[in-house]
Amino acid sequence: MTPELLIGSITLFVMAIFLGFELITKVPPTLHTPLMSGANAISGISIVGALFGANVAYAGGDTAISGILAFVAVVLAMINVVGGFAVTNRMLNMIAGKRRRV
Amino acid sequence: MFADWVSIGYLVSAALFILGLKKLGHPRTAPRGNQLGALGMLVAVLTTIADMQLSGGIYWILIGSGILLGGAIGYWMAVKVEMTGMPEMVALFNGFGGAASALVAMSESMKYIEGTSLPQGLELWVVMIAVGLSALVGWMTLTGSLLAMYKLKGGISVFGKWIRTPTWGPKWLNPVKVMLFFGVLTLIVMAVKDPLNSDILWAIIGISCLLGIVLVLPIGGADMPVVVSLLNSLSGIAAAFTGFIIGNSVLIVAGSLVGASGLILTFIMCKAMNRRLIDVLFKSFGGTSDKAELTRTKVGSDVEEVAMILDGAQRVIIIPGYGMAVSQCQHQVKEFADLISEKYDTEVSYAIHPVAGRMPGHMNVLLAEANVPYEQLIEMDEINSEFPNCDVALIVGANDTTNPAARSGEGPLAGMPIIDADLARSIVIIKRSLSVGYAGVDNDLFYMDKTMMLFGDGKLMMSKLNNAIKES
Repeated sequence: MTPELLIGSITLFVMAIFLGFELITKVPPTLHTPLMSGANAISGISIVGALFGANVAYAGGDTAISGILAFVAVVLAMINVVGGFAVTNRMLNMIAGKRRRV
Repeated sequence: MFADWVSIGYLVSAALFILGLKKLGHPRTAPRGNQLGALGMLVAVLTTIADMQLSGGIYWILIGSGILLGGAIGYWMAVKVEMTGMPEMVALFNGFGGAASALVAMSESMKYIEGTSLPQGLELWVVMIAVGLSALVGWMTLTGSLLAMYKLKGGISVFGKWIRTPTWGPKWLNPVKVMLFFGVLTLIVMAVKDPLNSDILWAIIGISCLLGIVLVLPIGGADMPVVVSLLNSLSGIAAAFTGFIIGNSVLIVAGSLVGASGLILTFIMCKAMNRRLIDVLFKSFGGTSDKAELTRTKVGSDVEEVAMILDGAQRVIIIPGYGMAVSQCQHQVKEFADLISEKYDTEVSYAIHPVAGRMPGHMNVLLAEANVPYEQLIEMDEINSEFPNCDVALIVGANDTTNPAARSGEGPLAGMPIIDADLARSIVIIKRSLSVGYAGVDNDLFYMDKTMMLFGDGKLMMSKLNNAIKES
């Protein structure tokens, strides 16, 4: 990682934090749980890191401990992602369904 | 050349996350927001696979089986879980997200210990610090979320014996939290100096796990929604740190977005209790140690009396609390509302305190599950002016959120916005006993002349009340 790349990454980090603060302002209480669970599913983005880890570890020869760890990370991140979006979807259908009927 | 396209894939994915989060904040667009988020994740995974294919090939065995296994388990859990178990499930998934980030960090360290050549100079610093911070936040999120999950459940069953999740936080625990935190930071610096030492790695993991537990252990009651949304924020931060390890922009962007928006929700929860985040984390609320002595008594009423005052009530407001979640009586509550609105033509609505329950929006999810129309759920600020015109306020398992002591400006509840149930013409409270709420403050509401107490389990008392109304 060159200094330029590091500065770029830190810039991205800081800007995204500011953006995150602006993005959510007033949220009705009904959406508190779905918002949290949807955001939680997005935090499963570490799946990308886990995939790279599992691939590199496996490419480096036989599956060492680092590969097994990355594999477990892939499984957990996938549970987080798929489960998180599916649960949020169920919750929102329940809430939205109620809105439409009235 | 291909590398440029890969970056664009990640950019699209990050843009979809931003749009998704934005739309999740509005009732009408929320389902769409969730779909956009999922689409963004799909784009990110496909881009990663394309990236790996272009730069040296994919070894499908680990990756393919991991994706299929994790996806199947996640889907199965999400479909199988009952709506009432939703809060626990969200906490559990959150812990898994943190653990995934932490494991990526650990895998990276292991790679070097197993013989991959170490990066040099600046890169060594960046990688090792990111590995350390990702481990700290990730493991902390895992243990904290697991403990929070058992707090949401109320306890754990060990060999058939029900053990309640403890809430325990003596004052000396605060310096310990701070020491553990700085201990991990010191270890991270040591790890940069000595990256191949696995003892340091294990120490970081151990202390971080411990830190998650001591952070959540003292917290309970109305503070729980704050800590649950804080853990959600932390899982995002962990993912952002993981992004620094592998130098990937989409992890940094998505992780910090979740971290920041989670923090916003945390502040919304804090505001609803008029407490600062720092107080939630370091000042145990009221405390289990110095519970107020109960000197007053109140005679319980029976359901027939309550049914009588409901006959002729034009306006009834139901105030649900954690007790409703514990006894899972939301269906009985809904049945009650239907009964009186049919039989006595009563206007029924629900007053929702922002921190009622143990997670943000807890009451809304439970009542939606029982098919309560969305329009009847009214926020505290909007419904409070209606209490003087309310004939009966029915409180189901709520305590601190209705305690008039909060207005006095003294004691642990001072300044916390409350639901003005005491202004209603008569009050019915369903509760197991006169015991104090989590804040440890006696509730004057119980002893007012216009208050009727129905002592007992929420589900049982609601069913009895419903039967009494049917028979009257």
